[in-house]
Amino acid sequence: MTRRGVLGTGMALTVLQGPGAMAKEPPRSAPTEVAVSPAPVDVGMTVNGTRHDLRFDARTTLLDALRDHLGLTGTKKGCDHGQCGACTVLVNGVRRNACLNLAVACDGQEIVTIEGLGNEQKLHPMQAAFVAHDGFQCGYCTPGQICSAVGMLAEIKRGLPSAATGDLTVASMQIAEAEIRERMSGNICRCAAYPNIVAAILEAAGKAPG
Amino acid sequence: MRAFTYERPADAGTALQAIARPGAKYIAGGTNLLDLMKVEVETPSHLVDVSRLPLAQIDETENGGLQIGATVTNTDLAANRLVRERYPMLARALLNGASGQLRNQATTAGNLLQRTRCYYFYDTSKPCNKRIPGSGCSALNGYNRIHAVLGASDACIATHPSDMAVAMTAFDAEVETQTANRGSRRIKLADLHRLPGTTPQTETVLESGELITAVRLPPPPAGGQAYRKVRDRASYDFALVSVAALVDVDGDRIRTARIALGGVAHRPWRALEAEQALVGRPANTNAFAAAGAAAMGGARGYGHNDFKIALASRTVARALADAARQQKG
Repeated sequence: MTRRGVLGTGMALTVLQGPGAMAKEPPRSAPTEVAVSPAPVDVGMTVNGTRHDLRFDARTTLLDALRDHLGLTGTKKGCDHGQCGACTVLVNGVRRNACLNLAVACDGQEIVTIEGLGNEQKLHPMQAAFVAHDGFQCGYCTPGQICSAVGMLAEIKRGLPSAATGDLTVASMQIAEAEIRERMSGNICRCAAYPNIVAAILEAAGKAPG
Repeated sequence: MRAFTYERPADAGTALQAIARPGAKYIAGGTNLLDLMKVEVETPSHLVDVSRLPLAQIDETENGGLQIGATVTNTDLAANRLVRERYPMLARALLNGASGQLRNQATTAGNLLQRTRCYYFYDTSKPCNKRIPGSGCSALNGYNRIHAVLGASDACIATHPSDMAVAMTAFDAEVETQTANRGSRRIKLADLHRLPGTTPQTETVLESGELITAVRLPPPPAGGQAYRKVRDRASYDFALVSVAALVDVDGDRIRTARIALGGVAHRPWRALEAEQALVGRPANTNAFAAAGAAAMGGARGYGHNDFKIALASRTVARALADAARQQKG
């Protein structure tokens, strides 16, 4: 452990709890760490069809890169721990939680966010279906829900099974309510608009809501 | 998050050199590691990104088993045709873990090496022997509903959170690893994770810098397969208790059985004595219930998690019955 590490830890505790609490407090992290200075990294990625060459701190997540460096605030920060799905984007066509990706690890990848799916003049069919079915109340989770739903339908099309799939040996997957509910479980809606979200996804998939 | 430097080597040899740097850590999917870095439970000063190493293949082995590359995602493993046909219980375990987004990113080796979800391990304001050796275990006398009932110690009652590893343990999987100096070796998955003992900070038998390159599955055993997971939420939740069961019934007698449990111990828990006791018994409810009781024979609750003992016992019985039924078709 370096001197900077010791001082940094001690100072942080002092600010938070005052010197009286220090004796009882365990150190925050294991004593094997090595402190390094923040180093900038160069990252090139394609976002919604546009190539961007960026330089930022290696700690920057894909979510923060999108919102803070590219101004694409449609992708939302909910929990920032991969539990809520509000930050769902498509990486090389596959849905992921942007908050759990380091932007530097996305170097060379193709990212699609809610801004890349459609716009006010020309909504993506999934966006239009969410509007038609009121698939939201406050709307905060909606961009993540829509990106996730688009990625999810692509997964069904590719024949990927889910926990709701009865027979794992069949090659083609069903678009059904139970499948959609299971496959969308990584997107939490605090307003509980789930019935309308399912209806919207069924419509966008060309199925009559049951 | 603490500052770190980052590199992404193109081959395993370069990665094995890079990891020698003090404070270095491998990252692949990063779904757990990056999360732990945000709360400063993990504080690597250098990240060696192995996510693009050429380790994303699934191949049949000469003896009819499977070789699963370390960076195969949970989604791709569960979707693989051979896994779905021959190891459906593994596919079920994978599909019952995490969310679609996380499975798209999480890797096979990363799944094995993920850390416990004990809330005191995550809470840096609380003592935790796993995080700070010698600081004490907050779960022992705290809120311990999700904690271990088998193989725990006074130093740590955390559980291993994986579903995939439980299924693989029942299939007698091995992990293939490499180190810079000693070349490659194979370790039985059942031996990969340690019990906490007095050193819960040491979670596996891997040496410093040892890189998991693949998981090997032997040919699937004859008989039925079942994975049963019990959790608070019906999807996207960790197991309170999970059971991987393999049963081969000959006529009405059990020829062989295998039982592995998740959510109950510091590692995927193989119930070998309960398996042995089933051999030759009639494949019925009584035998399965007895196996459930035998599997939990040495269990100890810590208060809030007392319920897990009866729950796990019954889940073993149900999973065995599921597997026997699956064999009949």
